[in-house]
Amino acid sequence: MRAWGLIRLYTILVYVFMFAPIAVVLMLAFNNSQFGGFPIEGFSLRWFYKLAENEAIVRAFKTSLSLGLLTALVATTIGILASLALVRYEFRGKDLITTMLISPVLVPETVLAVGLLIFLRWLHMPRSFLLLLLGHSIIALPFVVLVVQARLVGIKKEYEEAARSLGASPFQTFLTITLPLLLPAVFAGALFAFTISFDNITATIFWRPTGMETVPTQIFGMLRNSVSPEINALGFVMIVITVGVPLLAGALARYFARKKT
Amino acid sequence: MERRPWILLAPALVTIVMLVVVPMSFILVYSFYENIDLAVDRVAFQFSNWQALFLDNYYRIAIWKTLRLSVIVTVLAAVLGYIPAYFIAMTKFRQRWLLLLLLILPFWISFIIRTLSWIHILGNQGALNGLLQWLGVIDAPLQMMFTEATVIVGFLHVFLPYMILNVYVSLEGIDRNLEPAARTLGATPWQAFLEVTLPLSLPGLAAGCLLVFVLTGGSYVTPLILGGPSDYLFGNLIHDAVVSELNWPMGATLSFTLLVLLGAVVVAYSRLMGLNQLSKAFR
Repeated sequence: MRAWGLIRLYTILVYVFMFAPIAVVLMLAFNNSQFGGFPIEGFSLRWFYKLAENEAIVRAFKTSLSLGLLTALVATTIGILASLALVRYEFRGKDLITTMLISPVLVPETVLAVGLLIFLRWLHMPRSFLLLLLGHSIIALPFVVLVVQARLVGIKKEYEEAARSLGASPFQTFLTITLPLLLPAVFAGALFAFTISFDNITATIFWRPTGMETVPTQIFGMLRNSVSPEINALGFVMIVITVGVPLLAGALARYFARKKT
Repeated sequence: MERRPWILLAPALVTIVMLVVVPMSFILVYSFYENIDLAVDRVAFQFSNWQALFLDNYYRIAIWKTLRLSVIVTVLAAVLGYIPAYFIAMTKFRQRWLLLLLLILPFWISFIIRTLSWIHILGNQGALNGLLQWLGVIDAPLQMMFTEATVIVGFLHVFLPYMILNVYVSLEGIDRNLEPAARTLGATPWQAFLEVTLPLSLPGLAAGCLLVFVLTGGSYVTPLILGGPSDYLFGNLIHDAVVSELNWPMGATLSFTLLVLLGAVVVAYSRLMGLNQLSKAFR
């Protein structure tokens, strides 16, 4: 069918549009040229060495990494607790509370950032790492809640009720029955939260204390009408971390699941 | 009343109330404060910030520009995104999971890297100019960067996956027998699509449009990276007021305005469609 062929071609072109620029960054990271763009002048790893020697970038990297991990911890913990309440209990005002919990995605991030900044300033709390951590956690919370809730709906209440009727406390039931069944969603939510924090720039520009840089704000500061080769190399490293690690984890999980059966 | 759900909800609720609900109300109060000097303001109840917002053409132009750009990006995203979503939903291709995985992949890739990557494509030293020069179509590189068009391309590139995913989710939910049924009743393939599939996929399309519109309307970083001096959005005025001019009361006024403008769109959408469709993409 001709129409279907056109649809397929169109789809391929859209995928090219989505991935060609990213492929170019990955490629240029290995370019042995002193400029960040084309033409390609041969293969080299020197920009990765340069990257490892650049103290500002290494510092930004450590900041982003610890911020991302802590955000994942905070957002996942409070997100799981809230999801349990929303899925397992009936109470009044549930819709309102659900809307409130996902409100950080409904509010434009710029507004969220300025609002929180001005409010905390009024409370005489200056910008700090803690502000970044709390801020990133609220931005990530809706995604964690949505992911965990979706999984929790699929876990039968009967398992928990059986454990309870056999004498387990609610906390024991959670630890030995619910949590293990929920684990994939916990990982997915934590990964989501980490990526959201690691990637965030819109709000981070407002919240970061003077002198503190995360990887995205560092890259933003390094951009001056052109892209330096170091940025390409840094882009390569970031993509490997945020794409490679989850893909590998997913593939491993699938491999072990298959091995068991 | 049972206490346990409230204990479970407490940490999340306290966090959201203290860090989102209260600050969002607070910026309205703060918009009446008076700015005295850089980063110095005074508690007051006066309207100079609001007066500036309503009387100064500068702000009106920014609102107009933001609305215009958001509409352009949303419409282009819908046009670009619908067909791939249709292909993924309807294809008999065995590796469909791969197409879906590729669709989710951009969400994991750094926003700033994806945005600046367009400098490699459209810049003077970029791939497109290189290709055109190599083909002999042009002699000197075309000046394509730092225009409104590059800003639009940058937004599309980042927001397109939201659109495709939302449309896909609603196409996926349509009964596969409906289109063949319409065909046996004499409809052409195009009619069957227009009268059966398209209307049933509208909730997903609407959800995608809402997301793209609101995300574009609230941005400021993309124009800073890919735009020229005249390519600014309302968010850029907020960024300037807060980060460069240190005029916090004006920053609060502008933020509250953006919240109301985009909030109105979200509320109108949720009245029409409900917010459930938005969360479907996560399942």
